[in-house]
Amino acid sequence: MKAILGTKVGMTQVFDKTGRVIPVTVIEAGPCTVIQKKTLDTDGYNAIQVGFGKVKARGVNKPSKGHFDKGQLSPMRYLKEFRVEETDSFEQGQEIKVDLFSEGEWVDVSAISKGKGFCGVIKRHGMHRGPMEHGSKYHRGSGSLGAKGPARVYLGRKLPGRLGGERVTVQKLLVVKVDSERNLLLVRGAIPGAKKSLVTIKNSIKA
Amino acid sequence: MDLLKSVETEQLRNDIPDFRPGDTVRVDVKIVEGTRERVQSFQGVVIKRRGSGLNETFTVRRVAYGVGVERCFPVHMPRVEKIEVVSKGKVRRAKLYYLRKLSGKAARIKKRV
Repeated sequence: MKAILGTKVGMTQVFDKTGRVIPVTVIEAGPCTVIQKKTLDTDGYNAIQVGFGKVKARGVNKPSKGHFDKGQLSPMRYLKEFRVEETDSFEQGQEIKVDLFSEGEWVDVSAISKGKGFCGVIKRHGMHRGPMEHGSKYHRGSGSLGAKGPARVYLGRKLPGRLGGERVTVQKLLVVKVDSERNLLLVRGAIPGAKKSLVTIKNSIKA
Repeated sequence: MDLLKSVETEQLRNDIPDFRPGDTVRVDVKIVEGTRERVQSFQGVVIKRRGSGLNETFTVRRVAYGVGVERCFPVHMPRVEKIEVVSKGKVRRAKLYYLRKLSGKAARIKKRV
């Protein structure tokens, strides 16, 4: 299992070897530190806890400072856990860097998508709209909510509501370039979330 | 933002001559034929230039055998071997789409000195 944390930098384009333009998202990934190892015996499952990002000393409260102090590690902004088969190959304080990934690999990228607020059914579920003219009074509404029969609306009916601001994973994105000097990862295509937001990159489960 | 810029600037070319819409240019493009690579040149009038930085492209129009052909190139594309300005033209538009409707004498462009 390969995984790393990073922040989204933004989108741009690169030329590939044949001269074609590839749209890429630039991710500043790592370096991350293994903060804690969780094992089957002590925690009931195998995982590594990984920290990422700088944080000012006054931004850390005492309980979390204690957690980092246990391994004599400097505090980090984000903490995330990754399930692993076995924790023996990891050490506390070990650094995880971008060179983990190489060019041509497939990755899955997860992040919190941009919040869109309260959205209608067209934007939120991709439903069709009614005619805007010719005497039509049905424009962007959600339409029928179901049959008269059950006298209630079935659970899971697609309706307007909050859109975005949830964890979204984009699967099987191509790693176009890895820059271990500047800790950059260039991934083909778009990824969820705003710039500077936290992203999780794992090797693809579909590759 | 600087990181994004640094990714872009390392791909920018600095051997691009100064040319504008209305200029006649010859663009030498490397093309792959099977396993062989050769250079093909395309000469015509620049009818538009859009975008900035790495994203900048330009369109060249020429009339070949009575058929108008337009090709769009990214300015910083590595497959473009050379851009040569053949002649400079004086025009009063940034986008010379009106040339598409004109042919022969009417499609001439004044020389810029």
